[in-house]
Amino acid sequence: MSSAFELTYPETPRQDNETQDSLHPRLLTSPVVLQATGVTKSYRKGKVEVPVLNGVDIEVVEGEFQAIVGASGSGKSTLLHLLATLDKPDSGEIFFEDNRIDNLPAASRDILRNRYIGMIFQFYHLLPELTALENVLMPVMINHGVVSYMMQRWKFRKRAKELLDLVGLSHRLKHRPREMSGGEMQRVAIARSLMANPRLLLADEPTGNLDRAAGEEIMSIINELNSAYDVTIIMVTHDMSIAAQADRTVRLAEGRVESVSFQS
Amino acid sequence: MYKLLLSWRYLKSRYIALASIVSVTLGVATLIVVNSVMAGFSDEMHKRLHGILSDVVIRSHDLNGLPDPQWHMDEIQKLAGDQIEAMTAAIQIPAMINFRDNIQGQWITQPITLIGIDQQTYAGVSDFSEYLLHPDNRQQLDFLLKENDYGRGKKDRFPVSGWARRRVSAEWQTNAANAQTQQDGIDAADIPASPFPLVDDSGIEGQGETVEGLDNGVPGVPFQSVDEPELVFDPATEQHTGIVLGISICSVRGRDADGEVMDYYFALPGDDVKVTFPNTGQPPKAVSDSFTIVDFYESEMSEYDSSFAFVPLSKIQDLRGMVDIQSGVKSVSTIQLKLKEGADLNAVRDKLQARFPIQQFGYQIQTWRDMQGPLLAAVQLETTILNILLFLIIAVAGFGILATFFMIVVEKTRDVGILKSLGAPSGGVMSIFLGYGLSLGTVGSGVGLVLGLLFVDHINTIAGWIEQVTGQEVFDPTVYYFSQIPVIVNPVTCVWVVLGAIAIAVIASILPARKAAKLHPVEALRYE
Ligand SMILES: Nc1ncnc2c1ncn2[C@@H]1O[C@H](COP(=O)(O)OP(=O)(O)O)[C@@H](O)[C@H]1O
Ligand SMILES: [Mg+2]
Repeated sequence: MSSAFELTYPETPRQDNETQDSLHPRLLTSPVVLQATGVTKSYRKGKVEVPVLNGVDIEVVEGEFQAIVGASGSGKSTLLHLLATLDKPDSGEIFFEDNRIDNLPAASRDILRNRYIGMIFQFYHLLPELTALENVLMPVMINHGVVSYMMQRWKFRKRAKELLDLVGLSHRLKHRPREMSGGEMQRVAIARSLMANPRLLLADEPTGNLDRAAGEEIMSIINELNSAYDVTIIMVTHDMSIAAQADRTVRLAEGRVESVSFQS
Repeated sequence: MYKLLLSWRYLKSRYIALASIVSVTLGVATLIVVNSVMAGFSDEMHKRLHGILSDVVIRSHDLNGLPDPQWHMDEIQKLAGDQIEAMTAAIQIPAMINFRDNIQGQWITQPITLIGIDQQTYAGVSDFSEYLLHPDNRQQLDFLLKENDYGRGKKDRFPVSGWARRRVSAEWQTNAANAQTQQDGIDAADIPASPFPLVDDSGIEGQGETVEGLDNGVPGVPFQSVDEPELVFDPATEQHTGIVLGISICSVRGRDADGEVMDYYFALPGDDVKVTFPNTGQPPKAVSDSFTIVDFYESEMSEYDSSFAFVPLSKIQDLRGMVDIQSGVKSVSTIQLKLKEGADLNAVRDKLQARFPIQQFGYQIQTWRDMQGPLLAAVQLETTILNILLFLIIAVAGFGILATFFMIVVEKTRDVGILKSLGAPSGGVMSIFLGYGLSLGTVGSGVGLVLGLLFVDHINTIAGWIEQVTGQEVFDPTVYYFSQIPVIVNPVTCVWVVLGAIAIAVIASILPARKAAKLHPVEALRYE
């Protein structure tokens, strides 16, 4: 995954913002990146089984920005973790680019998360002992052994700096997480999620812990990633104004997809 | 790559873990100090024992000893001549020594081991001559009293001895005798004690009674007759047969008023002593004779220094009657061998044992290690036990590391979740914590190694400081014969100690590391 991050613009620019009953025409022919069918998951609390997901079907196409909304506790994070292969569904299937991923062996799932799927979280989840730059470099450090990393480190560092520049943090390279604001930490997390040049970005309420201004800044970066760099994004949120910016909004309720709406 | 980076960062940011490793550091340092001192002690003991004892000793417990030593030596030469460097015959018998203490003027009696040696060859089988005090005797012992200069180059504060002392002493003796004849009626006890006593064969202090008592009142000659020449013996110019005494037989080590370590001598070269030992009669009778101390023997092993006394072989053979009446061949009681460098002690011993089977000859054939086996084994055992105990201390430290690491893993739960969400495999997460343990162990035992080596290097200085602070002597030279604490740093031991400590640190981090590796990524991410 050492190929440089390509700065190419999508062919068809977006225009309006009407509610539709299908995807925007520019996405209609796009291949499916991620597909989940009949996914169920329940947690065991003592002797009681607590069902969280009762058969969820979703589909994400390349270049799409999809929002997942729902009440707190409706299982949005759980779904996202399943999509990221951080956890296994009790039943149902998940496909990534036509490959079934929910039953992959651990080593393959590790590679998938490391190189193909980027994640950002509500609480940023940066490593506190590392600087911003080192946090961004973490995915390639995991991917490469000492020798291989050291041989390519200038290339990696260059790319990490470019990404930090992209999120507007080129002046914070040497800062530790605790020396940064929430918005800055989330921007570092975004840069980290892009380091391996993933096909898919999963975001779990990335603005949930930020004030309005910082949240808008993060949203503008995410929007830019989607529109300018064509990154496919699945974002969990309960902020309807943010969901309104998405191509497709999936509403979860009682462990099922309650409704799907499209914007254009 | 991330494993290295994170292990390093955790090491830098967690001083609590460094505290847990201090016990490892101390354990390692102590182990190195203890091992070095024990190795020093044991090496010093080996050297001294080996210096005192010859490599292989053939010994007959028969009072008559080992007849015809020359035949035995020829046999031995035939058997293992290529491995033998030197050989000597000697007599070793229990004896009693009497002399007058020149501090208190009292008679002192001590049990000794009397060794009759052939001065030409005896020095060849052990370091015997190195331990003598007079420089000339160190070259070649001749059992003749020297003028003075005892202890030159060895003990610089040695009192005046030799002829210089003997003449003064004899003069005083004569004066005292004259005073006694002039002032008749004065009790002998009123005469002040001689500063330098000479044993007087006329027996001022009731020598006759002692011997009579010993002989159970059997009338007649009290001793197996010792042919004392009827000539007048002038102690100022003549000496009896020379005897080399173990230095502790007639000296004690103590402190003077200023607390300085001092040796106090009850007798010195130039003084006369009386030695009593059994002859070869059936049953044996006590024989005694006067000897003049011609030198001291100081091996610094108190066991030997307080019991060995050396006299010329032929003198003992004559006194004890160890002569075959028909052939005129004189017998001995031991034959001592020194083997060539690198010769196999036990092999030679076994060969000799096969040649002189105990059933037939009754000889005890031993190497010096056999003779000092229990002592050497005790030192070895002590070292082993200390090592086990100290390693247990490091193992205890291991549990400290275990606890600390569990704490750190709990604290780092979210980090583990983050790493796993970024695609780090469980094995990688585990090796972060193992690497952490490894680096802590390495740092801890490395520092311990340095501390230990520094301590060993300055151990005598440190002993001095402790002495100053507590006023208590750490290493009392009146107890031990070493003036310095002997140390030997064995690099192999150091490597083992360090490796052992690192291994314990790593083993202690295995459980926490496994716990970290097994954390479920989602739960770890949700962890607050
Ligand atoms: N490890 C767990 N054990 C038991 N219940 C859990 C566990 N994780 C989540 N849940 C429950 O699953 C439900 C969905 O949680 P989550 O996916 O975090 O919801 P959301 O992200 O939509 O707020 C919640 O009711 C939560 O209490
Ligand atoms: Mg959530």
